[in-house]
Amino acid sequence: MKLTPKQATLLVLAALIALTPFFFPSGYYYRVGALIFVNGLAVTGIVILTGYAGQVSLGHAGFAGIGAYACALAPVHLGLHPALAAVLGAILSGCMAWLVGRPILRLKGYYLAVATLGFGILVSMVLNNERWLTRGPDGIDVPDLGLRGLLKGWGLDLSNGEFWYFFSGLCLLVGAWLALNLYDSPTGRALRALHGSEIAARVVGVDVARAKLQAFVISAVYASFSGSLLALQNKFVTPDVAGFMHSIEMVTMAVLGGVGSVLGAIFGAGILTLLPQALTVFAEYEQLLLGLVMMLVMIFLREGLLPSILRKIRGTGE
Amino acid sequence: MSELLQFLLSGVTVGAVYALVALGFTIIFNASDVVNFAQGEFVMLGGMTTVFAHAAGLPLPLAALVAILATAAIGVALNKLAIEPARGAPVVSLIIITIGASIFIRGAAQLVFDKQIHKLPAFSGDDPIVLLGATILPQSLWVICGALVVFAGLWFFFTRTLLGRAVLATSNNRLAAQLVGINTNFVMTLSFALSAGIGALAGVLVTPITLTSYDVGLGLALKGFAGAMLGGMGNPKGALAGGFLLGLLEALTAGYLSSQYKDAAAFVVILAVLFFMPQGLFGRKSTDRV
Amino acid sequence: MMKLTKTTTALATLALLGLAGPALAEIRIGATLSATGPASFLGDPEAKTLEMLVEEVNAAGGINGEQVELVLYDDGGDPNKARTFATRLVEDDEVSAIIGGTTTGTTMSIIAVAEDAEIPFISLAGAVDIIDPVKPYTFKTPHTDRMACQKIFEDMQKRGFSKIGMISGTDGFGASMQAQCKSVAGEYAIEIVADETYDPKDADMTAQLTKIKGAEGIQAVLNPGFGQGPSIVTRNYKQLAIGLPLYQSHGVASDGFIDLAGADAAEGVRLPGTALLIAGILPDSDPQKPVVTAYKTAFETRTGTPVGTFGGYAHDAFLILKDAITRAGSTEPAAIRDAIEATSGLVGTTGTYTMSPENHLGLDLSAFRMLEIKGGTWSMAE
Repeated sequence: MKLTPKQATLLVLAALIALTPFFFPSGYYYRVGALIFVNGLAVTGIVILTGYAGQVSLGHAGFAGIGAYACALAPVHLGLHPALAAVLGAILSGCMAWLVGRPILRLKGYYLAVATLGFGILVSMVLNNERWLTRGPDGIDVPDLGLRGLLKGWGLDLSNGEFWYFFSGLCLLVGAWLALNLYDSPTGRALRALHGSEIAARVVGVDVARAKLQAFVISAVYASFSGSLLALQNKFVTPDVAGFMHSIEMVTMAVLGGVGSVLGAIFGAGILTLLPQALTVFAEYEQLLLGLVMMLVMIFLREGLLPSILRKIRGTGE
Repeated sequence: MSELLQFLLSGVTVGAVYALVALGFTIIFNASDVVNFAQGEFVMLGGMTTVFAHAAGLPLPLAALVAILATAAIGVALNKLAIEPARGAPVVSLIIITIGASIFIRGAAQLVFDKQIHKLPAFSGDDPIVLLGATILPQSLWVICGALVVFAGLWFFFTRTLLGRAVLATSNNRLAAQLVGINTNFVMTLSFALSAGIGALAGVLVTPITLTSYDVGLGLALKGFAGAMLGGMGNPKGALAGGFLLGLLEALTAGYLSSQYKDAAAFVVILAVLFFMPQGLFGRKSTDRV
Repeated sequence: MMKLTKTTTALATLALLGLAGPALAEIRIGATLSATGPASFLGDPEAKTLEMLVEEVNAAGGINGEQVELVLYDDGGDPNKARTFATRLVEDDEVSAIIGGTTTGTTMSIIAVAEDAEIPFISLAGAVDIIDPVKPYTFKTPHTDRMACQKIFEDMQKRGFSKIGMISGTDGFGASMQAQCKSVAGEYAIEIVADETYDPKDADMTAQLTKIKGAEGIQAVLNPGFGQGPSIVTRNYKQLAIGLPLYQSHGVASDGFIDLAGADAAEGVRLPGTALLIAGILPDSDPQKPVVTAYKTAFETRTGTPVGTFGGYAHDAFLILKDAITRAGSTEPAAIRDAIEATSGLVGTTGTYTMSPENHLGLDLSAFRMLEIKGGTWSMAE
C-alpha cells in the first residue's frame, strides 16, 4: 500500500502522539508534550499564512491572546461553557483578522511585518491596561474545561497531565488534517500560486487579495485555538500570551522546523519547546544558544530543519 | 502654554533617541535591503561598553570611542558571519536571523557584563535649561544635536560622495553595481560598521538620560524600526522625521489623552500612514519584479 | 520518514532522561525564579541569594545533619514556563518544597501546580491575592502591595496631605500597586487627583509629571514601580522642579536606586523599606540587626552588588523553610507545610514572621519602616 504524503503526515503524527508516552519517566513529560502540541497548532496556522501564501506576520500572538482571554472572560461574563468560549474566541479572532487584514495585507515584506507587529502590540496593550476586565499584567484565572471530569465519569481516569497531553494531541491532529486538506483545495492552490509570484498569480486569474485574506483569517483562528488551549490547560493566563516575543516564537518555530510543511513546522515547535527544558543546566547560556540556533539554521538549512534532514537522509540512503 | 512646550521638549528628547536608532536602520537597509532587528543591541553595546570601560578607569571620551569601535567591529562580524551567507533568503528568514542575532548579543551581554542597571554621567551637568517655563536637560541637547549631525553626515554621504552613491547603487541592483566596478562586499562591510557605530554612538549619548542594561535593545529596536517605517524605510530624512514624530506623538498623547495608551497612539498612526502611504512619509516607490 | 522521526524522538527523550537524572541529596528544594527577562532586576538577586544560602547551610552541616540540594530554574518571567518548571520540580525532581514566583504572574501559575501536588510553596511576589484567600500550601514572604500603600498613606496622613498624584509603571508590580493604592486611599482620607502611567522602558516621563504638576491642590506624588523607571521619574521630578514630597515604593528599596537617580535628585524621597537598607544605623537593640547585617555582608562580599529588598525576600523564604524543616524533623511535604504554618517569631530581613492557619504571610505593617533619603543615604523618617 502506498500512502499519500497527507496520510503519511497524519500517521506519523498520530503514532508519535500515541507512542511516545511509553517512554515518559514522569508526569512532567506529559506537560512538555502538551505544550509542543499547543505550539504545534499555532505553528500550523503559520504554515498556511507563511508557508502556503508567503505572507509574514509578527503579530499572531495577538490572536492567541484573544483566544486565551475569551476562555477566561466569556464563562464569567456571558455564562458560556469554556469550550464554547474557545469557539467564540476563534470567531472573534477570525473577524478581527478579516477587519485588520483587508487593509494591511496590501502591504508587503517589512511593511506588512511592522503592521502586524503593531496589531499584536495593540492587543497586548489592551489586555495589560483594561484592568477592570482583564485584571491587568498579573493575569486572570481560567475556568476548568470540565472534560476530564466527564471522562472520569465514563470510567476513563486520566491525570491532569495525561488528559492535556492527549486532548492537545487530538486537537493538533484535527488541525493538521484540516491544513493538509486546505493544501490540496482550490484555495490552497491559489495561495501557493501567489507565494510564487503575486503578479503571476493575478495574471492567471487568482483573486490575490481574497486569497491572502483567507490565509490570514484561517491562521488567526489556529492561533486563537492555540491560545485557548494554553489558557484552559494552565487555568490561568497573563497578557504575555499576546506579547511580541510569543509572536516571534511562533514564526521562529515554524520557519526553523520548515515552514513549507505541516510536519516540519510542528517539528520546529517541538525543538524550540524542548530547547529551554534541555538547557536548564546551562540556564546562563540559554539565550546565547537560542540565538545561535536561530541564526545557524536560517543560514545553513534555509528550508528548515526537517526538510534539510530528510534530504540528507534520502541523499545518502538511496 | 509652558505645559505644551514641556510636552514638546519631552517629545523631542525621546524623538531624538528614536531618530538615532532609526538612522542606524537606514544604512543597513540601504545597502542590503535587510531590516536589522539587532540594531537596538548596538545601542545597548555602546552604552554598556562605555559604562564598563569608564568604570575600568578610562576617561569618558576614550571609553566612548572604544565602545563605538568595538560595536562597529561586532557589526562587521554580524555581516560577515550571518548576513552575507544568507544573501537572497526570504524576508521572514532574514527577520529571524537578525532577531536571533539580537537574542545572541543580549545573551552574551548578560554574561560579559551583568544584569544590573547602569548610568553614565551627563556630559554637561544635570542643571536643566529653563525655556519659557519649560525645562530641558543639557544631555537632551546632546542627543538632539547627535541625531542632527548624524543625519547631516549621512545625507552628505549618500548624495555627495562616490562611496555613498555606491551604497545606494548596491542596494538598487547588486549585480549592476558589481558590473560597474563597485566592490559590493566592501560596501556591505562599511554599511554594517557605520550602522553599528551610529547605534553605539546613540547608546553613549542616551545612556545619561535613559540609563542602560543588557536588555534595553529590543525596546529601542522596535521603536526605532517603527520610526523608520513611519518616515519611510531607507531614507535618512524619513528616519529623522519618523523618529521625532514618534517621540512627539507619544509625549502629546501622554500629555493630552492617556499615558496608558501613548504607545498605542504611535502604532495607530503608523498603521494609518501605512494604509494611505504604503511606503511611509518619505519612502521611495518600489515596483514588483516578476 | 517514519524511522527518522522516531529516531529523533528517541534521541530527544534520551537527552531529557540524561539531563533529568536525580541527584543524591537528602533534602531537595526547588526554585523557579525570573533570573532573566523583564523581571531579572528582581529575580537575579533572588537566585544569587538562594545559591549563597544553600552553600552556607551545607558548609555548616546542612539541616538536621542532611545536605540540601537546590534545583533552580530560570523561567524568564514567563508564567507559562514557570508552570512547566513547577511541574518539573514536582513530578521529575520530586522536591520537598518550592521557593519562587518572582512576579505575581509566575506565582499564580506555580500555585495551581503546588496546591495540586500538595507541596509547600513560598512565593516572593507582592500581590495580596496570593495569600488571600488562604490556600493550604501557599505562603509568601514580601509585604503585600496593599500594605505598602497603607504604610505610605499613613505617613502622608501624618504630614497632613490629602490630595496626591500617582505615576505608576505599567508592569505587573506597578499596575498591581496602583490598583491597591487606589482602593485603600479612601481609608486615609486621601484623594488621588492625578493618575498617570509610564512604560517601564520609557526614556522620559516629563510629559506625565507636567500633567501631575498642574493638578489642582496636589500636595505629594507617589510612584509605584521597579527597575529603571522610578530613577528616571525621580530625575525628571527634579528637572521640572516640582518641589512636592515624592514617595517611591518598596520596589526600588536598594542603594542602587540612590546611585541611579543621583543623590541630588533622590534627596528627600521617602519609601517604605525594610531593615535591610539601614543595617548600619539600626540600634543594637533591634532584633533584626544581626540578621540583616549578616546577610548584607555575605551578599555584598559575594556578588559585589548592593543588597536590595528582593534578595531579602528570597533570604527570608529560605530561612522560613530551613526553620520549618528543622522543627518538622522530616522532609515530608505535609510535615513541612504544617511546620511553616506554625512559624512563630522568626526574625528575617523583611520583618518578624508569625504565621497561622489564617495568615500565610505573617508580617504586619510594623515591619515596614518609612525611610527617607538624606545626603545620599537612607535614614529613618519616623
